[in-house]
Amino acid sequence: MKKFLLTTSAAALALAASAGYAAARDQIQIVGSSTVFPFTTAVAEKLGQSGKIKTPVVESTGTGGGMKLFCQGVGENTADFTNASRAIKDSELKTCKANGVTPVEIKVGFDGIVLANSKAGTVVDLTKEQVFKALAKNVAVDGKVVPNPYKNWSDVDASLPATKIEVLGPPPTSGTRDAFVELVMDAACQEEVKAANEKGCGEIREDGAFVEAGENDNLIVQKLEANPNAFGIFGFSFLDQNADKLQGHKVDGVEPTFENIASGDYGVSRSLYVYAKKEHVGVIPGMQEFIAEYTSEGAWGPDGYLADKGLIPLPDAERAKWAEDAKALKGMGS
Amino acid sequence: MTDAISSFGAVGRPVSIHTDGAAKARLKGRYRTETWFKWLGAGAVALAGLFLVLLLSTIVTQAIPALRQNYLTLPIDLSAAKVDPAKLDEVNYDAIAQEALAARFPDVTSRQDRRLLRGLISTGTGVFLRKDIAADPGMLGGTVDYAVPVDDFADLYLKGLLADVGSDEAISTSVTPSKTSGDIDLTFGDDAMLALARGRGATEGENGMLTLTSGASSLLVVFNGGTVKLTALWPGPSGTAVAKGTVIEALDSTAPAASGQAFLRVIDTPEASRKISDKEIVWLDTLKSAGQIESRFNSIFFFTGASREPELAGVWGAVVGSFLTMIVTLAIAFPIGVSAAIYLEEFAPKNRLTTIIEVNINNLAAVPSIVFGLLGLAVFLNFFGMPRSAPVVGGMVLALMTLPIIIIASRASLRAVPPSIREAALGIGASKAQTVFHHVLPLAMPGIMTGTILGMAHALGETAPLLMIGMVAFIVDIPGGFTDPATILPVQIFMWADFPEAGFQQKTSAAILILLLFLVIMNAIAVILRRRFERRW
Repeated sequence: MKKFLLTTSAAALALAASAGYAAARDQIQIVGSSTVFPFTTAVAEKLGQSGKIKTPVVESTGTGGGMKLFCQGVGENTADFTNASRAIKDSELKTCKANGVTPVEIKVGFDGIVLANSKAGTVVDLTKEQVFKALAKNVAVDGKVVPNPYKNWSDVDASLPATKIEVLGPPPTSGTRDAFVELVMDAACQEEVKAANEKGCGEIREDGAFVEAGENDNLIVQKLEANPNAFGIFGFSFLDQNADKLQGHKVDGVEPTFENIASGDYGVSRSLYVYAKKEHVGVIPGMQEFIAEYTSEGAWGPDGYLADKGLIPLPDAERAKWAEDAKALKGMGS
Repeated sequence: MTDAISSFGAVGRPVSIHTDGAAKARLKGRYRTETWFKWLGAGAVALAGLFLVLLLSTIVTQAIPALRQNYLTLPIDLSAAKVDPAKLDEVNYDAIAQEALAARFPDVTSRQDRRLLRGLISTGTGVFLRKDIAADPGMLGGTVDYAVPVDDFADLYLKGLLADVGSDEAISTSVTPSKTSGDIDLTFGDDAMLALARGRGATEGENGMLTLTSGASSLLVVFNGGTVKLTALWPGPSGTAVAKGTVIEALDSTAPAASGQAFLRVIDTPEASRKISDKEIVWLDTLKSAGQIESRFNSIFFFTGASREPELAGVWGAVVGSFLTMIVTLAIAFPIGVSAAIYLEEFAPKNRLTTIIEVNINNLAAVPSIVFGLLGLAVFLNFFGMPRSAPVVGGMVLALMTLPIIIIASRASLRAVPPSIREAALGIGASKAQTVFHHVLPLAMPGIMTGTILGMAHALGETAPLLMIGMVAFIVDIPGGFTDPATILPVQIFMWADFPEAGFQQKTSAAILILLLFLVIMNAIAVILRRRFERRW
């Protein structure tokens, strides 16, 4: 028994020690947005299958968390790429610069945010104003700002069905929520609400009509199936993959389809980005191969495999420009 | 006792308080409470059992389809013209497999249709082909029949999870086509088809025109060796019906099919409500009836790493990652935990300091696991600079988490060894250390092992602490060592549950089953150890 204890503790020590001298990293590490995660992982896997480099490791940490890890500094213990469902903020760029990191920005495509419900429910045609009225914490009624009084969709607008307002959406930590607030709530904000409180536009009601359903979009899909009167807010790729169960609603008269989001007609869409760490090119093997794979037509083009996964490609000219800049490793702010 | 008291009553003494009416009522009340409690307890157990059965049966029924995968056998041309044996790495194997599939359906010519057709086989086909050729170069030089996994949607359809397809029913009238391919007109001998289309959600237009949009069920007419999908119908002259249709598989001839020679296949689920088109369904059905599709045991699922394609995703990477992590956890937590327990129980003086330590070990066991993850991030990653996503760090974090459990269990079983053993050992002249290591510890070992295994089982199911140290990640390569990036089973389940592709639902359930299996095995070992080696005094 004594011997057993001794050998196991020796093994434990040896293990701990060996970890200290980890060999130089030969595998790309990617962090960031959960929205871009399904696309980046597909690229990583493709690259790994080609046998050129080891398959990159992709973590889903959220856009903000990813930026923090990415801008931490230069070196083997920091991430090589970060995914973002919005452009890098000035404050984040400043942190990056201060830590000696030069990000190379690559805009990879669009993602639509859709309002959808079960196929068993009714299809409605919404405007951003109606969505704002249904979901804002405070709305203006007869020129006065009051807590949202609307219970049914028909209270918001007589043309809408007389069903209870029940919307499942992402929590405030999610990038989808940020984009939804920016593209719908801020865009259709009522003057009175804005005047009363500068940040009032982005506040979503907390009286039960809007349910925070967690980051897991699959969960929202399942809940919508069970309740045909509820609406859900999530990324287009989930509508695309669950087209047999869900239907998307028109916003401002435009249907959330692949074509409409790609052409920019659908108003609630955002750009997705990947940031590369310029300092790691040539140090961590495979950086350039990864950029080349991501920006190849076979991946992000209209017929590429990322389109099959639900990524909406950039227009041709824009793709060509971003691909060129990415391959030239054009750093930001340099 | 009650008899004795009542007999006193019989000889004229006052009735005892143990036998009067109130006492009998009290007694009855006590029995009633007991019965109630028994039934409540049984009800609670039954309810828990019911939920367990419900949970397990849901998971098992969901998981069963994931255990098999459909393969399509194609004659693949590997002659020297296609594959240069000297340059095996430069060959586009995907293209070779796709050519073989396209050759099977020569009528499919439009770019979009060919894309659909290509989508029937897995995108991993090229990788499998390359690996198999590298392993067995004897395949080269001619055409071989090679089985490739079908794509996830095709697989789900073949398992009957995507669309309801009715069986073929003979049409009891003649059918005459105008052409053999492209958009054609079909003339039916009677108008029974009109009523049928109406019942299947066709849209009524002017002059009795019925349009079958993608929101209606799909009506396919199979005859003359081909398949036609109906798009519109209207009444023809003298009681006939005319239909417009698109040929999915070319007909042999324009000869009219006699009554009973043509068949109607109805796909109930409208095309707009499913993820697989009519064309794909027809192609798959053709391949299946030709015996080219076969359902096999899903070895990909058990023996490969993660993937973004449901048909290529496997749990082996996560199983290996879990194994490596558990080894590290055991190697650290067991010796330290047991040593700490021995010291505290056998050697440490009983004073205020040891009491504080004791209380805090109990407190540590109740700390939420995410806190250990934060600790791991701050200490192991940021301070010691250890690699992210590595099993060694995950193991260390989980070891910290299981340490208090092991210490508490070990101390309890050391305490259970009777003092007479120690006294006897000391009495024949053994030192304190000899007493502990030669006599007390071996007797306490079964209990210690049980506690350790339960602690490990607890650690095996954890995800939260690993979130912080980067083990919640998409990792394809199977880890080969303690510092390679790795993920673990619960994390794999968590990630699959989050992927949009429908095919991952079954994989998630199947992975849960595997995790449950490991947990059951570990708990079973704990039970066996306890029953076989435990000594009672």
